[in-house]
Amino acid sequence: MTPVPDPSEEWRRLDRRTVLVTAAVLTGVAGGAGLPTVLGLAGAMPLWRAVTWVLAGAALLVGGGAAADYVRWRRTRYRVGAERAELRTGLLLVKRRSLARERIRSVDLTAHPLLRVLGLVKVRIGTGENAGGESTLELDPVTKAEGERLRRELLDRVRPDAPDSPHDGALAVLDPGWIRYAPASFVAPLLGGAAAGAVMQVSEWFGAQGEVIEWIGDRFQDTSVLGMIVVLVLLALLAGTVGALGLWVEMWWNYRLEREPGGTLRVRRGLFTARSISIEERRLRGVELVEPLGVRMCRAARVDAVATGLVKDDEDKHADHKTLLPPAPRDLADRVAAQVLRESEAPTGAPLTAHPRAARTRRLRWALGSALAPVAVLAVLGAALTPVLLYAAAGCALVLVPLAVLLALDAYRNLGHGITGDYLVTRSGTVRRTTVALQRGGVIGWTVKQSSFQRRAGVLTLTATTAAGEGAYDIHDAGEGEGLAFAAEAVPDLLAPFLKPTGVRDAGVETRKTRG
Amino acid sequence: MTGENAIRDEVRLRPPRNAVDERAVTWWRTQLLLTTTVPVVVLGVLGALLQPARFWLLLTAGAVAVAGLAATAFFPAWWFRVHRWEVTEDAVYVRTGAFWQEWRIAPMSRIQTVDTVRGPLEQFFRLSTVTVTTASSKGAIRIEGLDHQLAADLAERLTRITQDTPGDAT
Repeated sequence: MTPVPDPSEEWRRLDRRTVLVTAAVLTGVAGGAGLPTVLGLAGAMPLWRAVTWVLAGAALLVGGGAAADYVRWRRTRYRVGAERAELRTGLLLVKRRSLARERIRSVDLTAHPLLRVLGLVKVRIGTGENAGGESTLELDPVTKAEGERLRRELLDRVRPDAPDSPHDGALAVLDPGWIRYAPASFVAPLLGGAAAGAVMQVSEWFGAQGEVIEWIGDRFQDTSVLGMIVVLVLLALLAGTVGALGLWVEMWWNYRLEREPGGTLRVRRGLFTARSISIEERRLRGVELVEPLGVRMCRAARVDAVATGLVKDDEDKHADHKTLLPPAPRDLADRVAAQVLRESEAPTGAPLTAHPRAARTRRLRWALGSALAPVAVLAVLGAALTPVLLYAAAGCALVLVPLAVLLALDAYRNLGHGITGDYLVTRSGTVRRTTVALQRGGVIGWTVKQSSFQRRAGVLTLTATTAAGEGAYDIHDAGEGEGLAFAAEAVPDLLAPFLKPTGVRDAGVETRKTRG
Repeated sequence: MTGENAIRDEVRLRPPRNAVDERAVTWWRTQLLLTTTVPVVVLGVLGALLQPARFWLLLTAGAVAVAGLAATAFFPAWWFRVHRWEVTEDAVYVRTGAFWQEWRIAPMSRIQTVDTVRGPLEQFFRLSTVTVTTASSKGAIRIEGLDHQLAADLAERLTRITQDTPGDAT
């Protein structure tokens, strides 16, 4: 990059080494796709011809891709002025995108290993709008120093209220011991299944799928079918666990959550692909404590940010942009949540109002319904066709019914809502329990839903709508009067004008109040 | 003494003040009739043409017709009783639904856009739908079945109020 007199006003170029990166990536792709193609073609023609064809194709792909990227590099310019950040790109159709600087809410840096070797980063500049691609500028790539400069320059705003010092600096750093929670998530069984699928797929490329299955059958010649299934499932789970551990290390190595002077939270993490995600505190409307069942049983929790206009990354599904803390011990998660929100006590840890027993009845009914449906199907089929299915139905009932009842009771126990200081807190879920602490000022509307069954049971579902996070957070099956009073108290003057007192049945009513 | 029965009837949501236009009932009936007629006619024609499956096709057509007519007779009147709306100085308040009823409230200060939509059938009945959106992806409020003049005035009024409110409504 040539030095220029006033760097903030000049049109700048991306780093020219992007061509190199593209070529290298395409070479990798060509290699990965070429090998099975050669093996596939080798059946129809001599090996040298297959290799020649594939090499020619690969050269075309790599050369063409690099040339296209060179043109893109030549035609792309960006500029950060006093008012706007602008990007010009495109060969025939020149695209200009310009973002008002005051609307810029996030500057995220990512660098995959290749970029890191060359000292480059990919920069995404986003506004708070949910309009998707239209509201982000992507600079792919610039030098690391330039990325840092852009990040600091675009997000550094002078905050009038001086931030209190105890909440500044590093809020959390990685404890390698947290890796013990990695296999407890749902990633492990998924990866296990994927590994088994991959073995089958690769062996099919080499035309050896039958042999693999035969070989597996041979290993288990002297065990029963059930034993074989158990061992195979255990193997898949083992592979999944190893995969989950590896993924955790890749994602969370060098993790660090810190607060920067400009009023920005910054998450840095990643072993091979380094990521830096900045969330402006102005956009923060609360936090969400997420506890998948396995993680919850280990008394751990993950902390997500509830913020407006977070970048939704489609390319990189595992790079969750809203996660502030990976699964970590529950007390620590609460402490980090409190620090992120600049509170002395974590709103997510406060005691909550329980929901009426009708909510429990409803949950038990759903659970029994969903557990008995397959049992009933099996039983009917069994009665009509073969008695073996009747045994299967009995087995299903024995396993599913207690499981469903346990989950239903747990789901009921987890229901709760309350007001803690400036936050509205709601908790629900059993397989994935979430506790949301939402700023009361961030609630921009209420939706109250009630089905005929709920009406009879005297419960209703309250939904606080908000500009942040998922857009709406539910309070399931709250008591009718108590829930409405709670909603009216949580957001003053919004619901109250539309409430009316009804015939009070009991004198003790006025003494009841939600816990604050 | 603070049992659940005691607090159950402490407060209730009161119904919004205004009913929708009476023509909305006819509009809903026509909609339901049209959505019933299309599959019934298709099934009937197929039944007339396809000899082997005639019985089953005509039976399905009959079932759909009966269900559709029952819904046409039953739901619009119920909807008319439930669907109500109200716009105060501070908020928009709407009740909709039948089996699943829904009350939606959006404060005036958080409204971002106000749209008026008139489908072909609505135009025929001189009705409009006003949609009010907030910054939440899930907070939109629809008021269906308003007289089109009333809807236009309402949209204008809402737009004026929200323009006067500072901030980006998030």
